Formats: sequence, C-alpha cells, structure tokens
Amino acid sequence: MATDTHAAEAVSAPGMPQLDFTNWGNQIFWLLVTLVVIYFVLSRIALPRIAAVLAERQGTITNDIAAAEELKAKAVEAEEAYNKALTDARAEAQRIVAETKAEIQADLDAATAKADAEISAKAAESQKVISDIRAGAVDSIKEVAADTAKDIVAALGGKADAKSVKAAVEARMKG
Amino acid sequence: MEGQLAHIGAGLAGLGTGLAALGVGNVAANYLSGALRNPSAAASQTATLFIGIAFAEALGIFSFLVALLLMFAV
Amino acid sequence: MASEAHGADEGGLVFHPMDQFELKSVFGDGPIGMFTISNATIWMALAIICVVIMMVLGSSRRAIVPGRAQSIAELAYGFIYKMVEDVAGKDAVKFFPYIMTLFMFIVFANFLGLIPMAFTTTAHFAVTVVLALLVFLTVTAVGFIKNGTKFLALFWVSSAPLALRPVLAVIEIISYFVRPVSHSIRLAGNVMAGHAVIKVFAAFAAALVVKEIPTAVGAIVTPLSILGITALYALEVLVAFIQAYVFAILTCVYLRDALHPSH
Repeated sequence: MATDTHAAEAVSAPGMPQLDFTNWGNQIFWLLVTLVVIYFVLSRIALPRIAAVLAERQGTITNDIAAAEELKAKAVEAEEAYNKALTDARAEAQRIVAETKAEIQADLDAATAKADAEISAKAAESQKVISDIRAGAVDSIKEVAADTAKDIVAALGGKADAKSVKAAVEARMKG
Repeated sequence: MEGQLAHIGAGLAGLGTGLAALGVGNVAANYLSGALRNPSAAASQTATLFIGIAFAEALGIFSFLVALLLMFAV
Repeated sequence: MASEAHGADEGGLVFHPMDQFELKSVFGDGPIGMFTISNATIWMALAIICVVIMMVLGSSRRAIVPGRAQSIAELAYGFIYKMVEDVAGKDAVKFFPYIMTLFMFIVFANFLGLIPMAFTTTAHFAVTVVLALLVFLTVTAVGFIKNGTKFLALFWVSSAPLALRPVLAVIEIISYFVRPVSHSIRLAGNVMAGHAVIKVFAAFAAALVVKEIPTAVGAIVTPLSILGITALYALEVLVAFIQAYVFAILTCVYLRDALHPSH
C-alpha cells in the first residue's frame, strides 16, 4: 500500500496546502495567464462565432417564415385569380347561351314571319280563287236561271225579252 | 493537550455544517412549496433559489473551514 | 488523529485528506517559484484545452443546423447569456465574455478536479481569492465609473426610516466588503470539502486490507465506504456545476448592483 510513502510525506507537509502562502505566487501567476488565455479565446474566437451562427440561424428562420408568408399570400392571390377566372368563364358562358338563344329566337321569328307571310299569301290566293269560282258559279246560275226563266215563260206562252228576264232573275236573286 | 482541544473545537465547528444544511433545506422547501402554489412563476425564480442556497451554504462552509483550520493549521 | 479514534495504531488506517491539494513541481523537485511549472499549471492548461475544445472546436463547423458538439457550445453560450441578461440586465451584456470566462474556467477546473488523482485548482484559496477579487474590483470600478458618487447610494437604503439608515449603511458596507471573502471561500470550501470527505471515505475503504482491523469489521466498513464514495462523487459532480453557476450568478448580481445601485 501507499501507506508508507504517505506517512513519510505527512511529516514534512504542512497541515493545509491551501494556507502555504509560499506557493500562492505560482498559482496566481498561472491563474492570471489561464484567465487571459480563456478570455481571449472566448471573446475573440468562440463567442463571436457562436453569436454569428445564432444570428444567422435566427435570420434564416425569419427569412423562411417571411418566404412562407409570401408563398401563402401568393397562394391566396392565385386562388382569387382562379375564382375570378371561374366567375368570368361562367358569365361568358351565360352570355354565349343568351346570345345563342336570342339568335335562335330571331331566326325562329324570321322563319315564322316568312312562313306566316307565305301562308297568308297562299290563303289570299286561295280566297281569290274561291271568290272567282263563286263569282263564276253565280254568273252560271244567273245564266242558267235566265235561260230557264225564258224557257218557262216561253212554255207558258208568254213572250219574254231577254232583258226583262234577266232583270227579274237578278231581282229575285237579290232577295 | 492543546492539539486535542483544537480537535474538540473542530468537531464543534463541524456542527455548523449540519446547521447550514437546515438552512439550505429551508430555502429549498420554501421554494418548492411556493413553486407548487404558483408553478408558472417557479421557473423565473430558480436563479433566486440558487443564490439563496449559496448564501445559506456559504456559512456552513465557513464553519467547515474553521474545523479544517483547527484540524490542520493550529 | 482520526485513526486513533478508530482504535487502530499508526500503521492502521491513514488519513491524509489534504495531501491531494499539495502543489508539486512537475519538472524536478526544486522549490515552487512564481513561474515554476507546477501541477496547478498543468491542470489549468488542461482547463484551457477543454474550453478550446468545447467552445472553439465545437463551433468550428458553423452549421445552421448544429451537430452535437455545436449544440453543447451553443447551450453553454445561451445559458450564460440568458443569465447575464436576466440577472444583471441588458446593459450588462458587454460583460458577458468576462462572466463566460469565469464560468468556463471554474466549471472545467471543477470537473477536471473530479478525475481521480487530479489536482483541483479551484480548491485553492489562492485561485478563488483572485477570481473573487477580480470580480470585486471590476464591480466596484464599474459602479464608480457608471454612476460616480451615486454608486454610494447602494449603501444608503433610502427605503428605510431615516434613523435606521446609518446603521444599515454600516451593515451594507460590511456586507459589501465581505462579498469577495464569501465569494471565494464558498467555491474553494465546497470543492475542498467534497474532495476531502471523499478522501476520508477512501481511507476507510482500506479497512479490509489493514491487518490491525478485524476482518469482520473491515467487511462491513469497506463496502459502506465505497458506497459512500460513489454517492459523494455523484454529489460532487452536482456541486462542481452548481458552484460554477453560483459563482457566475453572484457575479451577475454584484454587477447589477453596480449598474443600478438604487435599491
């Protein structure tokens, strides 16, 4: 064991090494050297570097957040544009539908009017033909009636001139 | 004889260490009871806790030092 | 001494809890002068190397997404920076490198001291007194430069009744000058106490192999002391960090007093 060496040292060593003021100078000197070295290492190299890294990270985070917000705004904008385009398209479609409808209506109206005109023209023609026919028929009847009346008068022994017979038939037909 | 008296004195001074332990325990206990009542304020007061413990403990260390001096330096 | 109380002879258990703090010259056996390379020098140099590895090499990649080493460096940076900002105020940020230096040195000196057979520089009053005096002188100088004579308002408690103020002023002045004492002794005392107690337990752990102690006693004492060493070691790891933290935070508190002396 180390008992013997310890015992040998204990005889010569003072009670508390901390209170042995002869070696304070040594410790104080080297402590000051140590502190100065650590101070310069920290304040010149380590701390500015870490501060820069932390600031950079903070900046990156802030930038990223800003970029994300920008992208979000862009997305909102895009959505608005899309919605606008959609409503525009809908309105356009409606317009086209209305226009087409109007056009078709106009065509239809024109066609109807034409057809009506044709129909009325045909009807007028037919009317004329009918009235012609009727007039023809009346004339024929008048002739036949006059002939018949003359024949009847002749048969009865009378002498009837064509002129008075005709007037009598006409008077009769009017009545 | 004188050396033996010094050792007795060292033992008596050593009592101070235990008494300082009471003080440190008191600080910690009061901190804990306060922290449990208001946990949201606890985190901001840990520094104060350590300062309190340090002050309480310093006196115990003084008595320990007196004991050491009596043991080794007298 | 203690071995006698245990009932063993001079050849029994040997307690030398303070031997670990002895300063030795590394090259040769000569007396330790001011510039001798001593074991304290070696362990301080190791602390510098650790700080460089952690803070400089750790951050050398400058990655936006930090790796493991860089995360640790940034964590230490953020921890101390936030502490300075919260405790000492925003205008104390220019003292941040100074407080960071103190914290990094103390924390690495403490942790390196926990390596078995290591020399703990922060267990020496020579070291902690210098550290505390540096803080004290800085704080006092900053107080007078920033506030002029208004800094003396720190001692004149304007919220107290007028009759009490002179008494309080005396107390405040005393407590102001006791600051470096408690500041240094707290650190050195804590570290020294832990190490010395571990050493005492280590001496007890030899009970099983010491001839003068019955094996039955040794069989109980040795495992218990090894358990005690383990538990104390864990406590010391905690203390190593907390004392560095406390030293730094008290520096911040003193700095706040210097920057804003009004109560």
